[in-house]
Amino acid sequence: MHAKPKLSRMPCRRWWIACALALLPLFAEADDSQPMPDTLTWTVPFGVGGGTDVWARFMSHWMAQSLPQHPAIVIDNVPGGGSITGTNLFYTRAQPSGEEMLVTSASTQFPAMLQDPRVRFDYDKWTPIIAAPTGGVVYVQPRFGKETGEILDNLREEPTKFAMQTPTGLEMPVMLAFDMLGLAVEPVFGMRSRGEGRLAFERGEAGVDFQTTSAYFSSVTPLVEAGQAVPLFSLGVMNEEGAIVRDPAFPDLPTFSELYLARPGASRDDVAYEVFHKFFASGYALQKLLLAPKQVDAELLARYRASAKALTTNEDFLAAARQQVGPYEPVVGEVAAKQLASAMELSDARRQWVVDWLKDRYGVRVVTR
Amino acid sequence: MIDALVASLGGVFSASHLIYMGLGVMIGLLVGIIPGLGGIAGMALLLPFLYGMEPGLALGMLMGMVAVIPTGDTFTSVLMGIPGSSASQATVMDGFPLAKKGQAARALASAFLSSLCGGVIGAIVLTGFILVARPLVLAFSSAELFVLTLLGLAMVAVLSGDSLFKGMAACGLGLLAGAIGTAPATGEFRLNLGVEYLFDGIPLIVVGLAIFALPEIVDLLIRRGSIAREQTSLGHGWRQGIRDVVDNRGLVVKCAGMGSLIGTIPGLAGSVVDWLTYAFASKTTKGEKHFGQGDIRGVIAPESANNACACGAMVPTLLFGVPGSGTAAIFLGGLLLLGLEPGVSMITTHLDLTYTIIWSLALANILGAALCLMLARPVSQITRIPFVLLAPVITTLILFAAFQATRSLGDWYTLVAVGAIGLLFKQAGWSRPAFLIGFVLAPGAETYFYQSVQFHGMSAFLRPGVIIILALTALAFAFPLIKRLFQRRRRPLAVGADVNHQAAETPAPTFGKIDLVLVVGMLALAAGAWYDVSGMSMIGGIFPMLAIAIMAVGALLAGAQAWKGQATWVSQPIGQPLVWLGGLLALVVVASLLGFISTAFLMTLGFIRFVAKARWPAAALIAIGIGAFLLGMQALLNLHYPTGWLDAMLF
Repeated sequence: MHAKPKLSRMPCRRWWIACALALLPLFAEADDSQPMPDTLTWTVPFGVGGGTDVWARFMSHWMAQSLPQHPAIVIDNVPGGGSITGTNLFYTRAQPSGEEMLVTSASTQFPAMLQDPRVRFDYDKWTPIIAAPTGGVVYVQPRFGKETGEILDNLREEPTKFAMQTPTGLEMPVMLAFDMLGLAVEPVFGMRSRGEGRLAFERGEAGVDFQTTSAYFSSVTPLVEAGQAVPLFSLGVMNEEGAIVRDPAFPDLPTFSELYLARPGASRDDVAYEVFHKFFASGYALQKLLLAPKQVDAELLARYRASAKALTTNEDFLAAARQQVGPYEPVVGEVAAKQLASAMELSDARRQWVVDWLKDRYGVRVVTR
Repeated sequence: MIDALVASLGGVFSASHLIYMGLGVMIGLLVGIIPGLGGIAGMALLLPFLYGMEPGLALGMLMGMVAVIPTGDTFTSVLMGIPGSSASQATVMDGFPLAKKGQAARALASAFLSSLCGGVIGAIVLTGFILVARPLVLAFSSAELFVLTLLGLAMVAVLSGDSLFKGMAACGLGLLAGAIGTAPATGEFRLNLGVEYLFDGIPLIVVGLAIFALPEIVDLLIRRGSIAREQTSLGHGWRQGIRDVVDNRGLVVKCAGMGSLIGTIPGLAGSVVDWLTYAFASKTTKGEKHFGQGDIRGVIAPESANNACACGAMVPTLLFGVPGSGTAAIFLGGLLLLGLEPGVSMITTHLDLTYTIIWSLALANILGAALCLMLARPVSQITRIPFVLLAPVITTLILFAAFQATRSLGDWYTLVAVGAIGLLFKQAGWSRPAFLIGFVLAPGAETYFYQSVQFHGMSAFLRPGVIIILALTALAFAFPLIKRLFQRRRRPLAVGADVNHQAAETPAPTFGKIDLVLVVGMLALAAGAWYDVSGMSMIGGIFPMLAIAIMAVGALLAGAQAWKGQATWVSQPIGQPLVWLGGLLALVVVASLLGFISTAFLMTLGFIRFVAKARWPAAALIAIGIGAFLLGMQALLNLHYPTGWLDAMLF
């Protein structure tokens, strides 16, 4: 009962602070020593309430606490073009004053790697402050069997469907994984979310499905317990050497890499595996990114990174993050920068390989610049 | 279940919960009344405060906002003919004509009372239904959803007015407009003319504003006077509106029931529900009908359905994490931020929270509708103000609303372009709802058809669910016929009179120079669009081709009718409307160059002084009010307007 007055006062105070802060930029003046800005604006190129928006809002709460002087962080949603519109806008308009940052996701990284003609931005001009990895699990209808080997054999024999959003979206590496394992899985495009894909699985329309870790725990685990779904493999996580290892969230589940590399004649140097690895790195190992322009004052950037780093040892944050994205350590600073640079670098030959694969295997024409 | 229900009711009626819910209701009404904002802006206002709040209270606040958005947007739909959101498009059909008859208070009172009843009925249905909804939601596969979109398209036949061919052509044009952007099956771009804005398709809110609101404004400007043509006592109308709902209680219950059940089907956007119930009302009600010209039942049916639909949309959101509507999608984000994962647990371990959500929804509906009911009488006075004084305000509101769609200048140019179509349609009596229904259902029709064929092959159309829906549709259409046949045997005399009456109601098809322009334009568009999609893959191009075919055949038949002399030639004046539209285009161009705020200010000042011939102080007052509104919204909601060189200097 004592908590009540406090609870009702708090939003009220935040209102006033928000109103006051909205007026502040009118009076703020530029300074040579680059003090911490009072307001940070994070451009989120996705709609309100989507996965990336929720992550951005969650992070803004913790980053504001961790940064000195606790600046107010304003989320600016600029949806459109599957995040390309807002990111283009940030690329052309954002000032490197340290006040403006960008939040992106796999659906921003993939078109950049594939050189979608709409993309005008360049990840080289940005540097990550913090990145959140995620994992994911592929699961199948129980009629395909219980054991991994048995399921794989059945999936090679019996054609089945996989409900996807777009050919070049988040599920592209998963589709590639099916093809590399020689499974007779055909995609059905046009789902508006991964949730709709899962609905198609629950209706029995799709034989296999894929969910990222947090969605898997909330929505698929009950199905597995009820005997309505069987997990097949996880995508794994990337270790510091850049190799894919078992997912700490699913230690008993083999990774796709294990299954693929166990096939006769398969090796890490296969073109298909290299392509998978690149898209896995940019789409999963660094799925959500908080980026700042590279020209931001180095000292300021260092302070942002230090605050992000401090979060990785903050037990409260880690507990909350486990619930939001799963048991994965956020990647910060130089490590994230190095991983991002290597993930985004896709040679022309590899890109052409992806384009040809989509066209020959699925009849999908992808336009590149 | 009973324990959870009682526990959650106790929570819902606690003082702190009521305060937060009231706050949510206020915000919801504010963003609901201003066209173009809707749930997204409301959520953006609330979300920063959600993280870390106690879930029960936060849910109350969220639900308070979500519940009243389809209530608040009724004001602009009825008073100004501006559909504030997709949920109130059918309300415009009869609500605005009622306002023009001087019965705005009656229409508003009916609308809010129906909203209230719809919301409460929806919550009652939901309380029991959510426990058994899982198998039903899963029974709706892509094939059933496709058949439902077909059912929606069949509404065109009901709504296309005096010419079925013109309705067909309008619907085809809508389907084609809805196909602009990306092919859902292959991700190919189509029909975008290389314009980047069109890669995402045209936003629904822009189409709604252009097709309904713009032609009405032009019409009112030409006619002069106020919105309400007949000056009647407004207070009388308010009480009449309440009585109308009581008289039509059967319709309210039926439409609310339909709304809450259709709302539970994920993927079938809430924008279909109001048209389905509108058509249902116009087909099944007895007695004299004036649908489209101000029939109160045309307001009651969609308004009772859309609030119930908002309740129904909670089912897939809570049970499957798949939002049933745009607002529900944002609500889902709020849930995730509160650390609540949707799923089966929402009807097992978290059942009390689910009931908190449902009952907050009901209570917020009551609160919101009661507030609006009180406001209805004073606010409806607006329809008595000379329209020339309102015109700049409404134009600014429309530009404001359109620009919120994607925050791109493309929104404005699309508004003018589609507005031209709307204007021609209105002048020549082509069905604007037919166009809108085609547009709204195009993505669903294409995606679900493709998916059902991919998942099931041709057996998709032999699924029991599909056959049941088709049978129900056939029954619904056949029932009045059978009944009439039955009655004819019993009372031959009365029916003779009825037939005469019907013949008088449907006049012979007409044709004029605008019809000619539309028919020729559509045929030219058909050729151009066909050329554009001819290079696409089969599955990417088949749907736009189908849309082109529907449009071309409809246009040809309408033309052939006139050619054979079956249609009466009428004169259709168009010069003056086009001048006003040209004025809007000029305004948009100036606003992109100077900036929105300064242009809106200067336009209002000039228009009210020189066109409306008001005195300077009055003009300045209204202009300053507009500027303050735009600046206030910008600060409060972190909005952006086009900043030309003048705005960039001043603000």
